[in-house]
Amino acid sequence: MERPLTQHINFNRSSLNLKDYQSVGGYQAVEKALTSMAPGDITKMVIEADLKGRGGAGFSTGTKWSFVPMNTLGQTKYLIANADEMEPGTFKDRMLLEGNPHQLIEGMIVAAYAIQANISYVFLRWAYKKAAWLIKHAIEEAYTAGYLGKNILGSGFNLEMHLHTGIGRYMCGEETALLNALEGKRATPRTKPPFPQVSGLFGKPTIVNNVETLCNIPHIVNHGADWFKDLSPGSDAGTKIYGISGRVNKPGLWELPMGTTVRELLETHAGGMKKGVSFRAVLPGGASTDFLVEEHLDVKMDYKSIAAAGSRLGTGTMIVLDDQTCPVGFIHNLEHFFAQESCGWCTPCREGLPWTEKILLSIENGTGRPEDLELLEMHTKHLGPGNTFCALAPGAMEPLQSGLKYFRADFEKHIKEKKCPWR
Amino acid sequence: MLSTDEIRRIDHEIALVPVRKAASIEALKIVQHHRGWISDESLQAIAAHLGMSAEELDSVATFYNLIFRKPVGRNIILLCDSISCYVMGYEQIYTHLQALLHIKFGETTPDDRFTLLPNPCLGSCDHAPVLMINQDTYRDLTTEKLQEILKEYK
Repeated sequence: MERPLTQHINFNRSSLNLKDYQSVGGYQAVEKALTSMAPGDITKMVIEADLKGRGGAGFSTGTKWSFVPMNTLGQTKYLIANADEMEPGTFKDRMLLEGNPHQLIEGMIVAAYAIQANISYVFLRWAYKKAAWLIKHAIEEAYTAGYLGKNILGSGFNLEMHLHTGIGRYMCGEETALLNALEGKRATPRTKPPFPQVSGLFGKPTIVNNVETLCNIPHIVNHGADWFKDLSPGSDAGTKIYGISGRVNKPGLWELPMGTTVRELLETHAGGMKKGVSFRAVLPGGASTDFLVEEHLDVKMDYKSIAAAGSRLGTGTMIVLDDQTCPVGFIHNLEHFFAQESCGWCTPCREGLPWTEKILLSIENGTGRPEDLELLEMHTKHLGPGNTFCALAPGAMEPLQSGLKYFRADFEKHIKEKKCPWR
Repeated sequence: MLSTDEIRRIDHEIALVPVRKAASIEALKIVQHHRGWISDESLQAIAAHLGMSAEELDSVATFYNLIFRKPVGRNIILLCDSISCYVMGYEQIYTHLQALLHIKFGETTPDDRFTLLPNPCLGSCDHAPVLMINQDTYRDLTTEKLQEILKEYK
């Protein structure tokens, strides 16, 4: 089984430096792309490979690039790696950043060439201190080796790269809010259209891609679109870095073919549930995805199959809810996070999320009323898709709406017994 | 008043962006790095240097979790309170920290040694519960380990 993204990552050794990376074929994709391919050919190849964004939304990466205006000689354009990984329960990009920083840089150079961007940023989460040091060092190495700067490999293509570390706010992961943060403003989302591909950072055409998405680019350029599609036996192309946290025997991350089942991840890779606890449900792709339960264990973790089961692939890093953990407390914890991280820009999110959180807390503390469940149901509609400025509140409603469906009896028990049965 | 060193660093960031204001977050980081927190006086000095109003800069400073507008202790403890750490028992860690330091979230010890803050997901969910002190991350926390960890920070 091929694991292109993680094959050279070994945490028993130090991270790959420039020489290590070159010795395993690193920067061949930059050479190939810049010296033998037209920018449009790369975009076309990425569209054909059917690479979808690995940050949560799952939009076709090549299609996103194709919206950037070309024939714009001399105009500034930006390419940004979104490394602001802050979705609760998500820790996959950290491995790529710490394990093989040059792989990301190479992906960024090729992506920047495809859209003819001349300035690039790594927008990194502040908490990733080790990654910050490694990336800063790797960017310096790439400049020295001539992969960044002016006239890269004699191709006439110029690219600057900067590292920006954030100062903490979940909203920065939303791409238009990220652009505001890079402009030194509050990270609130922007109206679309115009889309960032046309008018992004400082009003210039901009592409924002997730770390895992960009790390796939060198491999697609080296091996082709068909190779990438063949990595997965299912309907979605490539591999995926899946993760599991919670009360399992071996929490961790694994790069596997796209479409691996929940059961295989849970039982084979995570070693099953810890002794004395049993499985109740899982959030398949981070905090802002709908619960899947026992009946969904054989669902394939790809975009289409998970959507058919009523959830989303999201970031592909799962959080397991076990029978020793109160589902109401679990959901309260999630809504506390979303209420705190709401940027306050639009009313349903700013007002609705704290309200939701308070209701859940009162139920958990034994002061909930039977009609509170209808109030919560109402919020899942009012804060749902189409009523808010960005995807934060609709995402926050996903675990709540599915929680109300699958754990209704637990909610009712809290209200009836006026206490949390788990405390 | 900004120090010469602060101005030099801030000007380096200003040179990288098309408008001065765009360096505001970097400027806040630089001054907080030197002074530990952002006082009203610091805020006014940075705003003047960037050519923006203090109010506008304060709207940025108060938006982000890690710019401190109140004095903090010498060491900042950030305890992850997000979902994986909830499942794996961060609440016990918090109870134990309160017993050891006699402070709650948002408070600083009387000797200014520690400030304790809750923090969203630290991205080490496979090793929950997790906390950070200053630049250091501690994983797979147990109440037994806490005392040893805290000893390192004076």
